[in-house]
Amino acid sequence: MDSVFHQEPFRGDYYTRRFEPGPDDSTLILNMGPQHPSTHGVLRVVVELEGEYILRAEPVLGYLHRMHEKMGETRSYLQYMPNMGRVDYLHPLAWNHAYVCAVEKLGNIEVPRRAEFIRVITSELNRISSHLLWWGAYLLDLGAFTPIMYAFEERERIQDLLQEPTGSRLTYSFFRPGGVAADLSPEFLQGVREFIPYMRSRLPMYKDLVTDNIILRYRCEEVGELPLDMARRYGASGPVLRASGMAYDVRRAEPYSVYPELEFATPVSQRTDAMGRYKVRLAEIEESLKILEQAVEMIPEGEILVKGAPKPRWKAPAGEVYQAVEGARGKIGVHILSAGSAQPYRIKLRAPGFSNLSLFAELAKGTLLSDAVSILGSLDLVIPEIDR
Amino acid sequence: MEATLLDPRMFRIVAAAMALAAFVGLNALVLVYLERKIAGHVQRRPGPFEVGPHGLLQPLADALKLIGKQLFRPAGADALLFWMAPVVSFIPVLPLFLPIPFDPDLVAMHVEPGLLLILAFTGINVLALCMAGWGSNNKWSLLGASRAVAQSVAYEIPLLMALLAVTFMHGSLNLSEIVEAQGAWPWQWNAFIQPVAFIVYFTCAVAETNRAPFDLPEAESELTAGFHTEYSGMGFGLFFLAEYANMIVVCAVATALFLGGWQGPFFSGWWWFLAKTYALLMVIIWFRWTYPRVRFDQLLNINWKWLLPLSMVNLMVTALVMKLF
Amino acid sequence: MQAIRRKLKDITNLWSMVKGLKVTGGQFLKPQVTVHYPRQEVANLASFRGPLQLVAKPKDPAKPKCIACLMCVSVCPSGCLTVLKAKPPKPTPEEEAAARAALEAGEKPAKKPAPKEPSRFIYDYSLCSLCGLCAENCPVGSLSYSENIYLTATDAKAFKLDLLADLRARAGAAPPAGEE
Ligand code: SF4
Ligand code: SF4
Repeated sequence: MDSVFHQEPFRGDYYTRRFEPGPDDSTLILNMGPQHPSTHGVLRVVVELEGEYILRAEPVLGYLHRMHEKMGETRSYLQYMPNMGRVDYLHPLAWNHAYVCAVEKLGNIEVPRRAEFIRVITSELNRISSHLLWWGAYLLDLGAFTPIMYAFEERERIQDLLQEPTGSRLTYSFFRPGGVAADLSPEFLQGVREFIPYMRSRLPMYKDLVTDNIILRYRCEEVGELPLDMARRYGASGPVLRASGMAYDVRRAEPYSVYPELEFATPVSQRTDAMGRYKVRLAEIEESLKILEQAVEMIPEGEILVKGAPKPRWKAPAGEVYQAVEGARGKIGVHILSAGSAQPYRIKLRAPGFSNLSLFAELAKGTLLSDAVSILGSLDLVIPEIDR
Repeated sequence: MEATLLDPRMFRIVAAAMALAAFVGLNALVLVYLERKIAGHVQRRPGPFEVGPHGLLQPLADALKLIGKQLFRPAGADALLFWMAPVVSFIPVLPLFLPIPFDPDLVAMHVEPGLLLILAFTGINVLALCMAGWGSNNKWSLLGASRAVAQSVAYEIPLLMALLAVTFMHGSLNLSEIVEAQGAWPWQWNAFIQPVAFIVYFTCAVAETNRAPFDLPEAESELTAGFHTEYSGMGFGLFFLAEYANMIVVCAVATALFLGGWQGPFFSGWWWFLAKTYALLMVIIWFRWTYPRVRFDQLLNINWKWLLPLSMVNLMVTALVMKLF
Repeated sequence: MQAIRRKLKDITNLWSMVKGLKVTGGQFLKPQVTVHYPRQEVANLASFRGPLQLVAKPKDPAKPKCIACLMCVSVCPSGCLTVLKAKPPKPTPEEEAAARAALEAGEKPAKKPAPKEPSRFIYDYSLCSLCGLCAENCPVGSLSYSENIYLTATDAKAFKLDLLADLRARAGAAPPAGEE
């Protein structure tokens, strides 16, 4: 009790000491994280509680900061590729995509059509696996243990598929400026064709087990209502924004790759609550399946890497480019400033999770602790992406 | 009459207590194994598999691990409350088993108001959770304990009312008598004569034992581990044992009161009692691996707005019917 | 009225709890999907990347294709590769005499070209991100991924792999004279 660490200058850390207690001392200041089961990694939220009601919540970041942006300044354009797999480990191919598209824009590099299709197929598969993991983890937050295991059955199949061309199961570094690293085999395409009906056949089970469940519905419905203007105020994107009723999808709004040729809808929900976000994500799985269905039929034969693709010591022309793509969590942006050398002068990564997380403080105000967990889960945060 | 140590009744109680302690321990091991196996198979994995054939020795290994772990008390915790809590949680479990009739003769102690004894001793558990939560000097534990108190207090009322409805019918608090009053066939069991009471009782029982979907005091995605966040080794082990023992008790009471106890369509005996108890336990385990957790205000709403009125109406209807016929 | 309708809906929605039990119960009866690891192995190990290995020359299985161009060293983002070029072989006494004679005659001695092969090829697996850049950019295709995915050790130093020794071990050849 009286050890020196419990006395004033040592008590707590910078954030807890700066987090001023409320006007009366009946409140409880609680550190949620960085090692809390429902903060998915190392997010830390300092909350002020009145009973179980949250008066204030303040996310604290930086526990997983790895200087990805700074690292970009010391690496050549190719060497930065593996970093992209590690920014967001759940949808790394979207980051791959954003980065290679940006480099291609910078260097005016043409991409073979087959490579574009390979990118779309793999990154949509990856999107499904990301949503599946979110689904399982969210339900885990809500106290249901089993769904994550079912989600992993499907996820495992996707990883088995993606392992074949990419050689990895989680942190893919597969795209290259000017194409992709490896071709898709006919067996891979066949595997995707078989996966699509399998995944579809599992979705009704998800609905019976979870979506319809009355307990789950009471945990999600009318919890964390996010009006559209607030979502826009914070720069939310992805399913979080779409669940607030705005049909904004980078694949449609700022088309890239071969997405304009593919037929798919942008699921929107007017519910604005956690249930809306849940439904949008499940609908997105189905849309991704639709994209896959078309893409595996449309994929042409041909080169997978353009002839003049950047070599390791490639020097980019001076200039500035920005490329956005739609990741599983929202708008991923890569901004490269090149001074004409072999390394970028500056790389800026826009992580959708960062904006989505900043919503949380306002959203959690006045809710129960359990609701805050539900809201945090429904935002689908991947901490390494937020900290970068 | 003076009760000495050599008094046969005293001897019976001591022997019974020892047998019960062994029974509780053994059952906890079986239940841990069952729980993990069922969880595994529901999730399409094998569950424990490596220790012994099909992982049969896994619970033993777990127990050994728990015993071998360091007992640790966080700085600033109240030593007395902190160490007393697991003991207080576990000790009342043994008397709980005393009046349970596994068989017409296999009863540790024939207590006339057996049900009352059980209800009285189950109430102690919440005190233990409260002590653990307060004594741990941990905010998560405190939140867990406050949840536990509100939950137990609330759910005890409909639980009592559901039981009252049954005791009204039989005019007895003696479990053996209630069992005997029911027949051997399922339609003679109280669960079919008093379905509402059975459902209310079972729901409350799940809530009273802090099992999913009502496991709020230890909701690990919200409160890390709730009231037992700070416990390690056997401190945690005793809470764990008590939880499983309480589960067995509530299921055993349900069996005696609602499912005809040891009576079965053929070969009546203690095996029927055990089979029914375990069937109920498996249902509780099955719940845990299926449902998400309810929220705290919803938990109380279910109680005050649904279970309580339901059990009250049920009680009144029972009383009315008893009076009229 | 609204409240009553809501209550009724809650009651009908209770059916969803039974549906959930049906799903988990159904899955309970289905066979497991787990691969019991030490007794069974997954089928697709071949495409998984283990640590790097050198590809042997088609004619000599103990010699790598590598021409010691150092491309892989410069492209690796994590700096896990160290390649030393082989020194030119020691001149024999006759050659030395010839060179001296040539020097005395005012000519440039004919230098023996260094063989295009590595003398050391060290790979620090603990740093490698298995990104594939080195293998893709090797001009002669001398690097590939092994299937040895079970490489484990309790010491980080154990991951400093000598790929030349590894290649020789795979070919069953003895280490060259002078080493060990
Ligand atoms: S392995 Fe390939 S890239 Fe590396 S030094 Fe040898 S030849 Fe060059
Ligand atoms: S795989 Fe990547 S990190 Fe590993 S040695 Fe090759 S270039 Fe370096």
